[in-house]
Amino acid sequence: MKDLRLWGLKKSPWVYHVAAASCNNCDIEILELLTPRYDVERFGVVLVGSPRHADALLVTGVINRKSLPRVLEVYEQTPKPCLVIAIGTCACNNHIFRNSYNAVGPYDKHIPVHAYIPGCPPKPEAMILGIVKALSKL
Amino acid sequence: MSTWFSGWRLVVGFLVTVIGVPIVGLVLTWVDRFVSARVQWRKGPPFYQPFADILKLLLKQTIVPRGAARTTFLFAPVVGIAGMTLVAMLIIYSNFNTVVNQQSSFIGDIIVLLYCFALVPISFIIGASASGNPVAAVGASREMTLYLGYELPFVLAILIPVVKVAQQWGVASALRIGGLVAYQQQFGPLLYSISGVIAAVIVLFTIQAKLGYVPFDIPEAEQEIMSGVIVEYSGAPLALFRIARAMAFVLLPLFLITLLWGGLRDWWALLKFLLIVVLIVLMKNTNPRLTIHQALRFFWFILAPIGIIGLVLAFIGL
Repeated sequence: MKDLRLWGLKKSPWVYHVAAASCNNCDIEILELLTPRYDVERFGVVLVGSPRHADALLVTGVINRKSLPRVLEVYEQTPKPCLVIAIGTCACNNHIFRNSYNAVGPYDKHIPVHAYIPGCPPKPEAMILGIVKALSKL
Repeated sequence: MSTWFSGWRLVVGFLVTVIGVPIVGLVLTWVDRFVSARVQWRKGPPFYQPFADILKLLLKQTIVPRGAARTTFLFAPVVGIAGMTLVAMLIIYSNFNTVVNQQSSFIGDIIVLLYCFALVPISFIIGASASGNPVAAVGASREMTLYLGYELPFVLAILIPVVKVAQQWGVASALRIGGLVAYQQQFGPLLYSISGVIAAVIVLFTIQAKLGYVPFDIPEAEQEIMSGVIVEYSGAPLALFRIARAMAFVLLPLFLITLLWGGLRDWWALLKFLLIVVLIVLMKNTNPRLTIHQALRFFWFILAPIGIIGLVLAFIGL
């Protein structure tokens, strides 16, 4: 039963894109990841419109006091098991906003993060590698 | 025919409708995604992709929102699946059982079929309204408007073959799917006439709307209202909704072939079926989404008058 569950999760990870106060650069790269050029549907990755359908949250941007409650709400709305993949250096370790008064720390202070994909912005190839690594770690 | 034989047929028919139709539907969902991928010049998912999706959803956590009517929310997808199973029973039995037993389908089963097809949009409306989500409410109102839109030309299109058969064999056999199939076996498909072509075109557009595919995917527009009617669904109920949609994807082309293109009793039906499916997928891939008033105007003020013209032609005998 557990193996079946894992197989299903590995073969069809549906992603939901959470853009929490990023500079939009990582978001554009995520959109590029989902274009026919990279064809992530080969791995069963589909972009879904609602966090209720999602298996993986792609979080971008430096998290701040305003966006933190929203991100936590989206995380709670997602049915478990769900992966969190931090995309971009801001999401991984706050990047140049480390000493900002408004930054409340990288994502792993608040929710469990399964993969870190650094880069400003990371390439789509790097994102695919990160998602594959996160899935093979399960 | 011995009772044992008919009992055996009953069991096989039951297994085909309850297990076979969802499996074929999921495979067709893969065909849809594969053809879409090839249209966009990419590789596409592996053939087991829909089964992995369904398996994953069935074994995942199901969240019922706090403001939702719990029982109705969880029961809604079952209504859709039940409706589709009834449709499968009616279509498959009236195609394959009429030769054994002329009375196996009943008078007026085509009207029952209409209502059973309506159970899928109704299940979506019930589920969306029970979920207590404002976005789902927008989706539900759009689904209702769209349903009112396409049902009028759909009924007109179904009336065309009924009128044609009724002129020869009387209303009693024209209102039976078995009667329509038997007529077409004797006199050739009803599609090969002007009114038949009109009916087929109308039914094709309605299939697109009933499946919620792209020119008419207004109730669950992912970009504007976040999957609309199914926004609050997760886990197993979402899987059931997807299975109901997949079953509709099998049954609507089968219904078109039964109604107009000679029934399912020869091997050509398989080829016709694949042709219709690929046509639906290509329509899905080459069109942008309409707004709800454009869709309503299209169904009521373009397709419905065409359907009335077709009906008049059928009365004349063309």
